[in-house]
Amino acid sequence: MHELSIASNLVQTVTDALADSPSVRILRVRLRVGVLSSVEPESLQFCYDIVTRGTRLEGADLEIITVPLAIRCPACQLDVDLPKHTDLRCPRCGQPSGAIVRGKELEVESIEVVDPAEDTP
Amino acid sequence: MTPRIVELRQGLLKKNDQLAAALRARFRDARLFVVNLVSSPGTGKTRLLEETLTALKSAGHRPAALVGDLETDNDAMRLARSGAPVRQIQTHGICHLEADMVERHLAGWNLADHDFLFVENVGNLVCTSSYDLGESCRVALLSVTEGEDKPLKYPGLYNSADIALITKIDLAVACEFDRQTAHKNLLNLRPGLQLLETSAKTGQGMTEWVDCLLERRRAHLAGP
Repeated sequence: MHELSIASNLVQTVTDALADSPSVRILRVRLRVGVLSSVEPESLQFCYDIVTRGTRLEGADLEIITVPLAIRCPACQLDVDLPKHTDLRCPRCGQPSGAIVRGKELEVESIEVVDPAEDTP
Repeated sequence: MTPRIVELRQGLLKKNDQLAAALRARFRDARLFVVNLVSSPGTGKTRLLEETLTALKSAGHRPAALVGDLETDNDAMRLARSGAPVRQIQTHGICHLEADMVERHLAGWNLADHDFLFVENVGNLVCTSSYDLGESCRVALLSVTEGEDKPLKYPGLYNSADIALITKIDLAVACEFDRQTAHKNLLNLRPGLQLLETSAKTGQGMTEWVDCLLERRRAHLAGP
């Protein structure tokens, strides 16, 4: 259970990224979480609601985009999505491959903000 | 009001990753081969490490170890009997080691005095897989008592490993451990994973394990 520290890192990352624009309001944070990232989206959401209290992120939505696992198949020369992340072989030709190209992400993709001049209640 | 999108594309573990990269460079300069041992609690990490430190020392090597636990320095005291320098990292509730904990606990050690550093992680099959400690090699243990399908239940950890060590192999028959399925499961999760079987208690497979460490260190130092 390390989602609490991950959520704290998230607050820090977003706060740092918007340090130069202290007056913008944050509406939404978009996160990419790979299926092999060892992070559980539901508990991350739970921790997010707690750690954002009293910060600039309070009230902002957290959108978690789950990234499926994909490998580079050396035989097909293609990046292929895998239906199961416990079997790393190409679904087209059956070739095993440890060359993961997607599915381990744990990153802030983007932040949706609104500028204060336009922020009319 | 028109919202605008600020693109970021920044990893949440960036700070840890940067620190781990700096550690990796320090380890390399010191010609130190660093092994991160990960597994669930009770797979025999400490016992394996006791025997490994003793074997390496008696072969003229200069190993050292850091050992992570939530509380107590029991494991550090056990490992210190090997004669190798050992330090305990007490995480006080944190379920994994992070690069800065490793860095802080290296203070005062001259890394170049050693050729192997073992970092025994906190027993945890989920969280430890996310944190790079600057290691040269990650070894995931699976004890026969846990069952051959354990890797399928915790794919993230076994996928992040360079070597999988099946431990307590002397108990395999008593536990009705299905070796073939275990190997298949591990290789499906990580094609190319190196598999070894050991019993730190009887000594079975320990020579192969120590040889594998020596070979990996040689290859690591010769590498780019």
